[in-house]
Amino acid sequence: MASSSNLINALFIFMLAGFIGFEVIRRVSPLLHTPLMSLTNALDAIAVVGAIVLVGEHKSSLSAILGFIAVVAATSNIVGGFIITDRMLRMFKSSRPAPKP
Amino acid sequence: MTPELAGNQVVIEVLYLIASALFILSLKWMSSPTTARHGIWAGEIGMLLAICGTLLHHGIIDYRLIAIALVLGTIIGVPLGRVQMTAVPQRTALSHAFGALCVTLVGSAEFYLRSPDISRFMMSVLSIEVILGGLTFTGSLMAAGKLQEILPQRPLTYKGQNFVNFLLLALALSIAIYLVLHPGTKMLFPFMIGIALLFGVLLIIPIGGADMPTVISLLNSYAGLSAAAMGFVLDSKLLIIAGALDGSSGMILSIIMSKAMNRSFTNVLFGAFGQVQTSSKAGEEAKAVRSATAEEAAAILSAANKVIIVPGYGMAVAQAQHKVRELYDGLTKRGVEVKFAIHPVAGRMPGHMNVLLAEADIPYDRLVEMDEINGDFPQTDVALVIGANDVTNPAARNDASSPIYGMPILDVDRAHTVMVIKRSMSPGFAGIDNPLYYLDNNLMLFGDAKAFVGSIVRELGAGH
Repeated sequence: MASSSNLINALFIFMLAGFIGFEVIRRVSPLLHTPLMSLTNALDAIAVVGAIVLVGEHKSSLSAILGFIAVVAATSNIVGGFIITDRMLRMFKSSRPAPKP
Repeated sequence: MTPELAGNQVVIEVLYLIASALFILSLKWMSSPTTARHGIWAGEIGMLLAICGTLLHHGIIDYRLIAIALVLGTIIGVPLGRVQMTAVPQRTALSHAFGALCVTLVGSAEFYLRSPDISRFMMSVLSIEVILGGLTFTGSLMAAGKLQEILPQRPLTYKGQNFVNFLLLALALSIAIYLVLHPGTKMLFPFMIGIALLFGVLLIIPIGGADMPTVISLLNSYAGLSAAAMGFVLDSKLLIIAGALDGSSGMILSIIMSKAMNRSFTNVLFGAFGQVQTSSKAGEEAKAVRSATAEEAAAILSAANKVIIVPGYGMAVAQAQHKVRELYDGLTKRGVEVKFAIHPVAGRMPGHMNVLLAEADIPYDRLVEMDEINGDFPQTDVALVIGANDVTNPAARNDASSPIYGMPILDVDRAHTVMVIKRSMSPGFAGIDNPLYYLDNNLMLFGDAKAFVGSIVRELGAGH
């Protein structure tokens, strides 16, 4: 019973997040489509949390090895993704002087 | 459960909740270049909170191995974040591959840990996770290989290609269905993954370079959806949200890209565009083309009031963006109004041209999207096309027999004068002849984009 109500909850969350995603991303300036892709890529690497638990729990050698590779792959996406997104966004400058904060 | 553990669990969930909110804000702030950098901070803080929360997980006993993996990932990630801007498309494809690899490996590990005690629903999402993850992994590696030019960029097609692909997909799905009914059959699982991996390779083989923007977006979407499926398997709301955000982002970009090419998803994936019409009409070559030297081009440009520069993949290949910036400076100094017209599929990924021009320090408010700038061409003195071809082809507007008929284009032919920098008269990547080059108001500037723009800049300086 618990698992079927979890499932329904999860589907609701997926549906709502999908709609939020569509509405938010629709407003992203086409100027920034490349950094958008590298940013969502870094955020998507949140899958690392599942991999960390696999490695940490060490339930079997197989799961620890697969989890280890998964953590490496996802971490490289997080680090690389944030660095390159930041580098790209730094380059976008307006011809009007930016208002000093 | 002891109250202490439950308390720990609450802390973890609250951290995940904050992380989810920060991820949504992060994407929201990407709506404008002025707020976009806040978006990165929000994303980074969210990520940090989520990872810290995960480390509090009570089942974790081995922190050393986690630490080694995190350090190793960082060592690989830093150089991947420092690649040249021209290498961004292949880096993006590679990171889709890494993301999908992570998801596929976690899915496989979960299967072997839980089998045979897996509910039907769980096994269905787990199958979706590893099939999508597997095909995205190899597909993205293929795309990265093509973009890096390790693999041939032209589409490879063979007879019955679509049939083979559909057969493979059907086979993978049949195994998935069998596993849903009999989750104890561990020996079938590697076959399902293997077929998904093979399918990913075969899916990208027929894709040509010009279709890369759509394909990269589609792979982005698959990577997100497989992560969302992983969220269902692990019952992690954070993962479902992040996966759904990434999935919808990739989906929106794919829709924009296919619209900009006037093609459907299925057509991009199964159409093998590059093979069409390798200019069958030999008589075309007899048509007269007018060409000009750098000196003449400089004279025409400096006499103009309004100039629109149309960059394409050729500018990226020739690394001409910094010379283009010098040209922009030279013309602006003479009081010429210069804008850049950006076609959504110019280059090899969404937004590719914007990033290259921003790298060359061209202000982003000079970069104008297709729909906004098309009305300006009739009042424009010179449209200068640098390394773009199909996106300026008027046949898309007025020749129903053209393979790109109906594709939205930049109306450069409506400018008073069009100048096209091109190596030779050979047709572009898609092998489609461009009638623009034979128009009376068109001048061909034959040469390498970087070298030619450089000589125009020199001529402008000399005349000053």
